[in-house]
Amino acid sequence: MRTILYIIQKEFLQVFRNRAMLPIIFILPIVQLIILVNAATFEMKHIRLSVVDLDLSSTSRGLISKFEGSPFYQIKQFSFSYHEAENQMQHGKVDMILNIPRGFEKKLLIENCVKVQFIVNAINGASAGLCNAYATMILMDYNRQIIAENKTISAMVLPQNILTDYSYWYNPKLNYKTYMVPGILVLLVTIIGLLLSGMNIVREKEIGTIEQINVTPINKIQFIAGKLTPFWIIAIFELAFGLSLGKLIFNIPMEGNLWLIFISAAVYLFVILSFGLLISTVTNTQQQAMLVSFFFMVVFILMSGLFTSIESMPQWAQTLDKLNPLMYFIRIMRMVLLKGSGFNDISRHFWALVIYAAGILTLAVWRYRKVA
Amino acid sequence: MREPENIIVVKDLVKKFGDFVANDHLTFEVRKGEIFGFLGANGAGKTTAIKILCGLWYPTSGKMSVAGYDIYTQREKVKRNIGYMSQKFSLYDDLTVFENIRFYGGIYGLKKKAINERAWSLMKRLDLEDARDKLIRDIPLGWKQKLAFSVALLHNPKVVFLDEPTGGVDPITRRQFWNMIYESARSGITVFVTTHYMDEAEYCDRVSIMVDGRIAALDTPENLKQQFHSATMNDVFIQLVRSK
Repeated sequence: MRTILYIIQKEFLQVFRNRAMLPIIFILPIVQLIILVNAATFEMKHIRLSVVDLDLSSTSRGLISKFEGSPFYQIKQFSFSYHEAENQMQHGKVDMILNIPRGFEKKLLIENCVKVQFIVNAINGASAGLCNAYATMILMDYNRQIIAENKTISAMVLPQNILTDYSYWYNPKLNYKTYMVPGILVLLVTIIGLLLSGMNIVREKEIGTIEQINVTPINKIQFIAGKLTPFWIIAIFELAFGLSLGKLIFNIPMEGNLWLIFISAAVYLFVILSFGLLISTVTNTQQQAMLVSFFFMVVFILMSGLFTSIESMPQWAQTLDKLNPLMYFIRIMRMVLLKGSGFNDISRHFWALVIYAAGILTLAVWRYRKVA
Repeated sequence: MREPENIIVVKDLVKKFGDFVANDHLTFEVRKGEIFGFLGANGAGKTTAIKILCGLWYPTSGKMSVAGYDIYTQREKVKRNIGYMSQKFSLYDDLTVFENIRFYGGIYGLKKKAINERAWSLMKRLDLEDARDKLIRDIPLGWKQKLAFSVALLHNPKVVFLDEPTGGVDPITRRQFWNMIYESARSGITVFVTTHYMDEAEYCDRVSIMVDGRIAALDTPENLKQQFHSATMNDVFIQLVRSK
């Protein structure tokens, strides 16, 4: 036991003596939270719109002013040529074209029905869907307005009476940041944990001190415990720091029990740190370890449900995702923080992490060899 | 008079890396308290042998015991009784002199009081008292090497293995280093040292010269020089390497 304490003491000394370390521990979370949470938003604002109005009537102008008034749209260009607008989109200067045909108002008054055209840049399918949805909403709104204003039309066409009323649970204001913060925090502790542990033993291999350790009678359980404990403490601290920042800056809700978060984090970090340890036992240089860590990190993060919904992934990917520790912990974080879930609700994810931790730690300890 | 006890016994040590035979049936004994030189050109298999004896690598075959313990079955006991200093520098660059001593003392299970006492006497001996809180990276190489040697002896091992300990240091520091080796040999520690400096071979009680994974000669420097009709160990070595 005393041996372990000497290793822990040494690791802490080395971590805090490293000039790059303190900024990483304290500045990184602030920067990550502020930048990522604000930047990685699903909401679309300022969709750049090009308007081709060939009608130039009061009705068409009314429609355009609706778009002007919307926070989602920003009219970049008016033109009388569809080709000019298309050209703009080709060059990436606008995201969407609104095409109002000649005779728009006239046709509306005579036939009570008219068509306008939206052309959306759909390279990113998800944002194109949103562009379309926002535009449809604006159009429907304008429709009702015309019907209300114009009694001759309303006499013939009934205004839409069925209105859907939404109530959004667990995130009533649809605050995107509230949803992102817990996920970003998971990202943060994962990066810190994986990099610290992944680089550590391989670094001792590189400078040669690992041999000096290996000729001592210290056993590998002691060594690994001594190596992982400091990073475990640092990452737990990091999570607490990040949660406080999230509360202070974004006022994220904390509906559930924080103990549940920290107990889950404790288990989750065993998974991540053991994973880092495993990486450092199979690599020989810090560069290799870094590359391998990044590979796994990217796959884990993109499949974690942080940015995209897991439910919309193909079935095989969802099955594969059962091996993704981030997925479990992000779910636990969101469920506990936003929904106020209790242990029973998260128990499936929690036990999955426990099994994962036991498995990967065993694998790492087994792989770590004092004798080659 | 009793025959001196053999502290290292090696019989038919073979180590292969694929088809390459790094150690080809090495057989030798090292007596208690002697300075045993393990000489050879680069790549002759010296480091391989030393790593096997320290328990860092598995041998392919052979029987070995160090400090009376079997290298296969009593690995941890072997480790309690040996010190090791590698060619690669083995102290932590980003820790201070004292922190390094405390760490290595700690993982060998020394008590706090013992660590402090030994650290002080060690720093006094090396004239490093003022450098106690200096980072290792800030002290000169010669000092580092002397310190690394002293740290390898911190837990009072019976045998100390030195793998090319004097690589890259100036002649004066080398001389001082060898004085430290003599001192520890006088206090009863067996020193097993590899080197490719032939002048250092003269300082050893006995030397074995390795050529291509085999022991080509093993005797005292005087006997070897007589046997090969040479004035220096350098000539002995060159004759041995050429004759193969």
